[in-house]
Amino acid sequence: MEKFVAVTAVACPLPLSDVDTDQIIPARFLNRTRAEGYGPYLFHDLRGQAGFPLTDPGYAGARILVARRNFGGGSSREAAVYALLDYGIRCVIAPSFGDIFAANAVGNGLLPAAAAEADVELMLRALQEAAAPLCVDLTACRISLGAQAWGFAIDPVWREKLLLGWDDVDLTRSHQTEIDAFVALDRERRGWAWI
Amino acid sequence: MRLATHVGKQGMAAPTGKTLFEKIWQQHEILRRPDGTSLLWIDRHYLHEGSFNAFDLIERRGARVAYPSLSVAVADHYVPTRNRDVDKTNPAILEMMTRLSRNTHAHGIRLSDWHDPGQGIVHVVGPERGLTLPGLTVVCGDSHTSTHGALGAIGFGIGASEVAHVLMTQTLWQKRPRLLRVSVTGALGPGIVAKDMALTVIARLGADGGRGHAIEYAGPAVRALSIEGRLTLCNLSIECGARCGMVAPDATTSAYLRGRPHAPADFDRACQDWSALPSDPDAAFDRELTLDAADIAPTVTWGTSPEDALPITASVPDPANMRDAGRAAHAAEALAYMGLRAGQLLTDVAVDRVFIGSCTNSRIEDLRLAAAVLAGRRAVVPGLVSPGSMLIRQRAEQEGLDRIFIDAGLEWGEAGCSMCVGMNGDIVAPGARCASTTNRNFRGRQGPGARTHLMSPAMAAAAAVTGHLTDARALLTGRV
Repeated sequence: MEKFVAVTAVACPLPLSDVDTDQIIPARFLNRTRAEGYGPYLFHDLRGQAGFPLTDPGYAGARILVARRNFGGGSSREAAVYALLDYGIRCVIAPSFGDIFAANAVGNGLLPAAAAEADVELMLRALQEAAAPLCVDLTACRISLGAQAWGFAIDPVWREKLLLGWDDVDLTRSHQTEIDAFVALDRERRGWAWI
Repeated sequence: MRLATHVGKQGMAAPTGKTLFEKIWQQHEILRRPDGTSLLWIDRHYLHEGSFNAFDLIERRGARVAYPSLSVAVADHYVPTRNRDVDKTNPAILEMMTRLSRNTHAHGIRLSDWHDPGQGIVHVVGPERGLTLPGLTVVCGDSHTSTHGALGAIGFGIGASEVAHVLMTQTLWQKRPRLLRVSVTGALGPGIVAKDMALTVIARLGADGGRGHAIEYAGPAVRALSIEGRLTLCNLSIECGARCGMVAPDATTSAYLRGRPHAPADFDRACQDWSALPSDPDAAFDRELTLDAADIAPTVTWGTSPEDALPITASVPDPANMRDAGRAAHAAEALAYMGLRAGQLLTDVAVDRVFIGSCTNSRIEDLRLAAAVLAGRRAVVPGLVSPGSMLIRQRAEQEGLDRIFIDAGLEWGEAGCSMCVGMNGDIVAPGARCASTTNRNFRGRQGPGARTHLMSPAMAAAAAVTGHLTDARALLTGRV
């Protein structure tokens, strides 16, 4: 997994709340494979709308998205994260995220940065006025835009995982002895649970 | 009710009791790291056609599936529900079926493909076969895995990377969510069902109000629900953003499970273990929400988020009257997308078609309820009825429900996710309005430009008969 330490890049304002994963990538594109890439389908059905910021040349090359509350709610489709990453986005800033989306994001090196609602509104306003690079620094949990700066929250375990580019499977395998001991005991204790 | 909770919170006497969720969590905790993350054992892992990304991840590592017998695959998302002749008619769908069968075969995982008489929607089939049991941890690469909590299990949706992790290790790293108890007191009125209860809870909590929480549904009105009603209620937990939803196992649960194909051989021993699972009287929850069932009316959604739900007797809300600016902006956009006018009576909203099905509402009791409204009546708009499993389809035909739907002018389909998500090609036309028993009224969910109103099977059937959103109670009088 690619590490996330800090990213300074053009940020695209997406002044929408409840951007569910069906909006991020509509279901009809989910039969594509990762090798084919999901980037072209990111926000597929919203992109056609006049004034949709991501297609505005002013925000070309954006690697950061700023959105309103409950970003990534709904379906568990990890392709929503793949679509963002394949398009080039490394960080989404919003007041809150769908739980499954956030877990999928962290597992793939995409930072879900939870900022205060009022701060997100300030960022949206600033970015809508003029495209500008944002700096998202995970070591300090700090977002800066010119002279302005805001904090953001992320689960400390997720933060460490992103900073180190951790691999869960390798970590889990290092605990194989404990897993085997659990299984042996569980088969005795809850025999009915096994099929 | 449950005063101990509040006493504990005030720091007078720390509660020692445990919740249903905590008991199951503890039994599955292999280890806990100092940072609070637990490695959990997973008892059941359900797979579907969408799981191919996870198998690709395994292949890239050259890894194997650790416990193939604990994973069960069912074809549901892409399976045609109108014409099963995919071999000849639809190469793209056939490819999805082939990927699933190739991947499951390569790893020795049992599969019900579209030819299997036991095929159905994964969240219908798991409980139906007795694969989902009280006290288990159940995961699946699908957000509606919360459904399985109806049997007293911890069930939650995961993404492809986590699916791959479970396949390779049969475990998951998880942080314990906060606990929210939703208590529903009293009794639901006639013609008012679990769907109405769930939509009312979501409207109250908001689409992200349950974020980071495990919900336990409790109280007399929940306890009075059948297992099928509880499955509908828990299914919709994800629509308020909750990690999972659950109902403590009781006599209703064991009566439902006894004799099912995968029910434990030593059933009585299992029942004994299950009887210790319900939350202790002095167990503490981080949050509590209490509703009176008497306040729950037949409920429909008007907007593009499941939280946009109102009693059928209400009018379309006016964004101008909303104090919260974000909420008003959402409502204005939702009304524009849905083609509705602020102040319009919900019962004046004309529909173009109906859909009865999905992991939310496609079980035999759902079909019986819709049939009770439709018997001897004609639908004035087209509609599709898709049973949740091929076994439910068979049962419905034995009961003559298929004749009622067909005589009413509706299409009697086969089992799958169908028009809930439209991945099999069964979509609602752009701009068309669908009265739907599904779980998401998101923009474009049932097809690009489709407009979805969520409601119970009785309400969808009533909309089919009248051609507009309708209070089903009037059409159910003397029938249930």
